[in-house]
Amino acid sequence: MSGFFKSSIGRKVAMALSAFFLMIFLLQHFAINLLSVFSGDIFNEVSHFMGTNWLIQFVMQPVLIFGVVFHFIMGFILEIKNKKAKGVAYAKNNGAANSTWVSRNMIYSGLVILAFILLHFIDFWFPEINTKYIQGDWSGVHEGVEGYRYFHELQEKFVNPARVAAYIVAFVFLALHLLHGFTSAFQSMGATAGRKKTLQNIGKAYSIIIPAGFIIIALYHHFNHIH
Amino acid sequence: MNLTLKIWRQKDSNAKGQMVDYKVTDISEHMSFLEMMDVLNEQLINAGEEPVAFDHDCREGICGMCSMYINGEAHGPDRGVTTCQLHMRMFKDGDTITIEPFRAAAFPVIKDLVVDRTAFDRIQHAGGYISVNTSGNTQDANAIPISKHAADEAMDAATCIGCGACVATCKNSSAMLFVGAKVSQYALLPQGQVEAADRVRNMVAQMDLEGFGNCTNTGACEIECPKGISLDNIARMNRELMKAQF
Ligand code: HEM
Ligand code: SF4
Ligand code: FES
Repeated sequence: MSGFFKSSIGRKVAMALSAFFLMIFLLQHFAINLLSVFSGDIFNEVSHFMGTNWLIQFVMQPVLIFGVVFHFIMGFILEIKNKKAKGVAYAKNNGAANSTWVSRNMIYSGLVILAFILLHFIDFWFPEINTKYIQGDWSGVHEGVEGYRYFHELQEKFVNPARVAAYIVAFVFLALHLLHGFTSAFQSMGATAGRKKTLQNIGKAYSIIIPAGFIIIALYHHFNHIH
Repeated sequence: MNLTLKIWRQKDSNAKGQMVDYKVTDISEHMSFLEMMDVLNEQLINAGEEPVAFDHDCREGICGMCSMYINGEAHGPDRGVTTCQLHMRMFKDGDTITIEPFRAAAFPVIKDLVVDRTAFDRIQHAGGYISVNTSGNTQDANAIPISKHAADEAMDAATCIGCGACVATCKNSSAMLFVGAKVSQYALLPQGQVEAADRVRNMVAQMDLEGFGNCTNTGACEIECPKGISLDNIARMNRELMKAQF
């Protein structure tokens, strides 16, 4: 079995498995963000639960970090191997004649997402780690803020238009990444279903609705919370 | 018609190689692409120059030898054809046509447009066969019932001519369409079951050893394949390799 994951096909399967995991995570993240549009209180409750539950903090969070790091490192490894396998580049290559732009540029859409993830870590994750693990404050409350602090922090983040713009760009590239990635992951797993109309349509819907949703949520908070 | 050709010239496998411009005149639109190349080569020979080396054999789309990357596509702009089946009517008077060898680290250039595709042979040797006793008392193949659907799919996979257009086209130089077809043609039939696990393991291992890249499902191979080999064969190979682990 260890030999399997060293083979070209095994690496593809590993890539697809990490991608499936990330797509499920994204759906869950979207669902929670969506709550923030309807009720700050419910968003706070759920955020506090997610932020203090040991299963999520000590099991799911490390798994998620591993999943993300594995996915982009594997992406880079495959890209380098594939460049090497081509050797000499063509003087003239008409890629558009037989494949989509998104399928040929997964590494670039991926790099934009990676840059966004770094920003996201600096924005949300590092402060959380600092509050909880370094300062040891697991209370979820903050001076001068009524109730839990999470919703307030979220609103503060979306005041700056430059950050909102960065969000929009990142999620457009995530949509491009998924427009190829969603069905590609099924094909890698050996499921020809990825090539059937139904799954292609589900893939398109997922790839457009979820990123668009994130963008709309960011804009909603931006326009509803200008000081 | 009159054409300008930009052709990759490379003296031998160690030489550096470069694109060289040529002019050909009075080309008939009814000619095949290889006949146009013959005209160019006669012209070069008459002028005392070295003709352009290119592979060809059957000139009817069955041997898979005529590897050329024409205007950025394997076997040129037409669909479902090899270079020998490509007609000059696909081009216009005054066109500039770029002609390069198939590119892949696993297909090193031997000379000009001729590349070494023996990597495919070695993959075939690794498992692209069934071991049948041919001592004279071989069982009649028709004695084994096979569903029409499986027979059709196996036959479709078996039409792969090993031309290498899939590798040439793929941005990753992946050989998975070729290997997928070769694995599938046996995986679909009862005769292929006995050696199925070893076959897919050994063929994939050889494919990796030869330095072909990893498929990223762009689907370019399927579009450029002269025989219309389906991407479903790659998915089947992936399933076969997963099955072979247990
Ligand atoms: C961290 C930054 C990321 C980078 C650098 C990256 C890079 C890549 C690359 C290079 C591929 C192509 C590999 C291949 O097709 O075999 C790929 C595939 C894929 N990625 Fe990403 N990616 C990133 C983040 C994400 C995220 C956040 C998601 C989903 C939420 C995602 C979903 C997918 C999917 C579904 C595939 C297709 C998998 C397959 O074909 O088997 N990626 N990624
Ligand atoms: S799969 Fe198609 S393109 Fe690839 S070697 Fe076979 S016939 Fe040629
Ligand atoms: S020369 Fe045989 S396929 Fe073209």
